Amino acid sequence: MSSNTVVENTLGVVENEICVSIVADQDVVAARQKGRAMALELGFSASDSTLLATAISELARNIVSYAGRGEIVLRSNQNSGRPGVTVVARDHGPGIPSIEQALRDGYSTSGSLGLGLPGVRRLVDDFEISSEVGRGTTVTVRKWKG
Amino acid sequence: MEVPILKQGEILIATVQAALTDSDLLQLRRSLVEKVAKARARAIIIDLTAMDVMDSFASRTMREVAHMIRLRGAETVIVGIQPDVAFAMVQLGLTMGGVTTALDLEEGLEYLHRKFRTIL
Repeated sequence: MSSNTVVENTLGVVENEICVSIVADQDVVAARQKGRAMALELGFSASDSTLLATAISELARNIVSYAGRGEIVLRSNQNSGRPGVTVVARDHGPGIPSIEQALRDGYSTSGSLGLGLPGVRRLVDDFEISSEVGRGTTVTVRKWKG
Repeated sequence: MEVPILKQGEILIATVQAALTDSDLLQLRRSLVEKVAKARARAIIIDLTAMDVMDSFASRTMREVAHMIRLRGAETVIVGIQPDVAFAMVQLGLTMGGVTTALDLEEGLEYLHRKFRTIL
């Protein structure tokens, strides 16, 4: 399930926004495929598009395994003529008690390898995370056209 | 998306046709571990050419397949990981941890034929 909207922001730059709701593992694949398509449309190289798709895959899976449900918002934007894709991964799950710990390589609470967030950070240009225990987690990443 | 598994002599070949979900990956793992004994195969080749992304789950599942197949007395060769996918895996910090890999199906088959010939 996804919605597609075109937003005219204050700078008059047309942005495309796609929201993919994440509830099951096939949504993980859908989200990364839509993200790749958006990146390719903006002129990203195949390699950068794969890096972005991989990051989306990790973020979407975290939603499924830790929160059960959530959403991935994909937004295409322009920064002084340079195209980029912003990915917002949002859930209302249990939240992360220690972000510092979660960003350390080798940390995980779900029995996975724990390479999730530090790895995702290496795949993208900008990385932001906010999380509140009991309220949920939002991870925002951005990749610019190389 | 079921992954077809073909038998060629003593080798089972699983060719991924499109992006796989986590449950597809687990299904593939189950089928391979079951079929390797039924087919009395000595090796399996998993062709990942069509895999769009190898994230932490996919990589871990492939490593697990290789270890399980090893415990079943056969060998695994992973082939076809695309350059961009390999690049992303390395950036993500993923390794295939001791699993044999080859460029493509042809190289994978050649590797196994050479190896079996040496053993025999």
